[in-house]
Amino acid sequence: MTDSPLFLATLRLADDALVLGHRLSEWCGHAPVLEEDLALGNLGLDLIGQARSLYSYAGEVEGKGRDEDQLAYLRREGEYRNLLLVEQPNGDFAVTMVRHLLFSAFMFPFHQAMTASSDATLAAIAAKAEKEMAYHVRHTGEWLIRLGDGTAESHRRAQTALDELWPYSGELFDVDAAMRSAIDAGFVPDPEAIRPRFEATIDQVLAEATLTRPRVGAFQTGGRAGRHSEHMGFLLAELQYMQRTYPNATW
Amino acid sequence: MGTVSSLDHARQQASAWAAAAAVCDPEVPVLTIEDLGVLREVRIEGGRVEAVITPTYSGCPAMSLIALNVEVALEEAGFTNVKVTSVLAPAWTTDWMSEAGKAKLAAYGIAPPSGKAGRRALFGEETVACPRCGSADTAKVSEFGSTACKAHWRCRACAEPFDYFKCI
Repeated sequence: MTDSPLFLATLRLADDALVLGHRLSEWCGHAPVLEEDLALGNLGLDLIGQARSLYSYAGEVEGKGRDEDQLAYLRREGEYRNLLLVEQPNGDFAVTMVRHLLFSAFMFPFHQAMTASSDATLAAIAAKAEKEMAYHVRHTGEWLIRLGDGTAESHRRAQTALDELWPYSGELFDVDAAMRSAIDAGFVPDPEAIRPRFEATIDQVLAEATLTRPRVGAFQTGGRAGRHSEHMGFLLAELQYMQRTYPNATW
Repeated sequence: MGTVSSLDHARQQASAWAAAAAVCDPEVPVLTIEDLGVLREVRIEGGRVEAVITPTYSGCPAMSLIALNVEVALEEAGFTNVKVTSVLAPAWTTDWMSEAGKAKLAAYGIAPPSGKAGRRALFGEETVACPRCGSADTAKVSEFGSTACKAHWRCRACAEPFDYFKCI
């Protein structure tokens, strides 16, 4: 039996949140200033909190007795359905900010729309997440404006980060057959309906940041189908280490 | 008999609420979970007490400790069959914070959420008064502070940094 659209749609959202939350946790103790160390930890905490609710629900929907930990820690690389964008390495601070702005500028209106989901649990998770994501857009947008409209060096780095990551932004709008079923059932919003809000936020920030929106002919995709970049294996090796080494460890 | 037992039920319910409501937030110990609006309901059915709590933020790390502390508080109040349930909907908002709670926060040195949790412009400015000297000449350092629910601000008048309980 193939996985149900509700399970897959929930799992994808959970994987995005977990993987990006994990990336942010890698900044802990390494951020440029203490205040930003706290901020990056908080961004990650929000996402891991959202991931926990989503994984618990995905496990319930799947009905095979898997709980949040089993879904988060005990799957193989090809079974993760997150966007390629969220698994990209942290790079310098500009890369982390651009990656997060691209993600949150989409997820904020996405969660707002998902509060009207035909599925009560997804609607409840979205109602919490949309409040959180508003802060993520604000925080990363303000930083990108500061970096882009800052010194020659910060401008150069911000533009480089944008040029590197923009090709991963197209996957936010990817809809395959399973996703189409989930959209038709009203579980999740159609990403095309989110596009105007996403582009308005990005254009507003880039204009103030004096950055140029890259033009690309084709976007990178594959994460939704379990085809990941070379970075994913290393990320999972660290993320899963404890559960793989000491199965069923709790504390 | 019916009247006596329903009076007894109401008294038990009130005593269960009081026990659960006295539990403090481990990260903002000046507030009880009642002040915060985290405690939603306490009901007694068939001899079992169920307390319903809701997280402030999805990733609030205090939730498991709050659940445990509510369980202990109810047991100490004499209830033996206790269950704590966490719900996500309706989503928590700072509008549920009591006025007493806001006053306690300010006295503790944390600026309370200002106004209603309406949508502010994505990149708009907010005005927050310094909880120490009361000056409105303050500046945001970061949208994120020492916990998920707070932002980090500083006062230009008295030069003190302070936490602001974010309005959501």
